[in-house]
Amino acid sequence: MPKMQDRSRNIGAFVPAGDDDLLICRCEEITKGEIRRAVHDGMFTLTEIRRYLRTGMGLCQGQTCGRLVKGIVARELGISPAELEPAVSRVPMRPIEMKVFGSETEAEGHA
Amino acid sequence: MHKTADTIVIGGGIIGAATACYLARKGADVLVLEKNAHIGDGGSSRNGGGVRQSGRDPRELPLAMYGIRNLWPSLSDELGIDVEYVQEGNLRLGKTPEHLRILQGLTERSVAAGLDVRMIDGAEAKEICPYLSEEVVGASWCPTDGHANPLVTTLGYYRKARQLGARFITGEKVLQLKKIKGRVRQVVTETGVYEGNNIIVAAGFESREILSSVGIDVPMTRITLEVLVTEAQPQMFGQMLGTAMADFYGHQSKHHGSFVFGGTSGFEHTNKDHGMPVTASISAPCICRGIIKYVPILEDVKIVRTWAGWADISVDGIPVISHVEEVPGLIAACGFTGHGFGIAPIVGLLLSQMASGENPVLDIKEFRYDRFKTKI
Ligand SMILES: Cc1cc2nc3c(=O)[nH]c(=O)nc-3n(C[C@H](O)[C@H](O)[C@H](O)COP(=O)(O)OP(=O)(O)OC[C@H]3O[C@@H](n4cnc5c(N)ncnc54)[C@H](O)[C@@H]3O)c2cc1C
Repeated sequence: MPKMQDRSRNIGAFVPAGDDDLLICRCEEITKGEIRRAVHDGMFTLTEIRRYLRTGMGLCQGQTCGRLVKGIVARELGISPAELEPAVSRVPMRPIEMKVFGSETEAEGHA
Repeated sequence: MHKTADTIVIGGGIIGAATACYLARKGADVLVLEKNAHIGDGGSSRNGGGVRQSGRDPRELPLAMYGIRNLWPSLSDELGIDVEYVQEGNLRLGKTPEHLRILQGLTERSVAAGLDVRMIDGAEAKEICPYLSEEVVGASWCPTDGHANPLVTTLGYYRKARQLGARFITGEKVLQLKKIKGRVRQVVTETGVYEGNNIIVAAGFESREILSSVGIDVPMTRITLEVLVTEAQPQMFGQMLGTAMADFYGHQSKHHGSFVFGGTSGFEHTNKDHGMPVTASISAPCICRGIIKYVPILEDVKIVRTWAGWADISVDGIPVISHVEEVPGLIAACGFTGHGFGIAPIVGLLLSQMASGENPVLDIKEFRYDRFKTKI
């Protein structure tokens, strides 16, 4: 059961910071400033951040940036990172070629 | 937090968010209640992004055509965010005479309803999209169709609505509606009671249960549909692709370059879903086989993610967008049957006009809630 959240609650204005240019999601090249701004645009969950900015949608699937994004969003919302649910991971867990994924026969050597 | 609003929208999908945005733009006092933790967590953030007119039911076609003429081209400017709208046409492909017969039928019905769509041969199809298999012998071609990014479009409507003063509450599940003095007035949720003069139910499949609390039944069911996305590729083509046999549909995303393809396995009605919209292991591989048959060059491209979403399927294939006369103040917007993304902007505009007591810009009588009749 998700916790009720009023999306009109005041989280204060966006204040630019010196390290806003820092790359956080390296696969999709998303900066700290973009993530902080997204929170002020109303993206209050890690899933929304991910869908809005593509953080964690690249080849590493968030394994590199996931914790960093969580920390940034939590600080911006003024809550503990523990209160943020992680975004889901989706299959396939590793990138896999279409012809392999779509194959109904077993690959050689895997009999 | 005050619990009243002039209009309460139930469901924070793209329909609810777009409606809230257009209402807020009129200066109306609007509140959106969404049961999930995230805005747009239903079909709206899980769909294939198709913004098409071809292959639409003729009753629904005027909505799709209006949106593509008047709303989609300027949507990025309007929302202040790039919704990645690309209007480079839709090719629906065929490999056999039987396929071409199916496409011909679809095309004739669309032309009769006023759409610019025509049959072309395999050579012309390959001129438009050079990556097609040699086996493609023909296609229907609708040059004004396109695609957009559903994640950004849905959240973009939410963002804009919020900027214009609409209020959103997530994690707030609506249990039932209540009438006072004959008008719908109260929205009972898990945590309390909200009050509004107009209530718009835009809760996807679950609209059925909410509407039934005031005695209205809209016949619909839900199925799980699946989508997959590839790693980014150099820009190859801008068209939306589909096939006569619905083997797959999809497009290459603007800027990013990943391909987004949706499809079905044929087992959608019997797959287990554990009460969650989850992928079945058989579906994405089936979609891959469909793609490779028509665009063989993609066979080495890697799939990075697959996901599933529920579509609210109405029994006659078009949505309900309707005032409910027996229950004054109530408006139903559901049953989008797997193609509600492309028409979301116009549907949001229509609903905002309906809730404001204005005449809707398009005729909506085909979408009445009480059009469903038994077979005899
Ligand atoms: C896999 C897939 C592919 C698709 N591809 C396309 C496509 O290419 N082109 C196209 O045009 N369309 C497509 N569609 C259809 C399109 O996504 C939907 O028609 C559209 O998103 C419907 O929007 P909605 O706002 O009505 O529904 P949803 O996005 O499902 O929103 C309904 C919201 O209501 C909320 N809700 C439910 N019950 C309650 C309650 N009791 N209280 C409060 N809130 C509640 C839900 O949590 C949900 O967020 C596809 C759908 C799927 C699933």
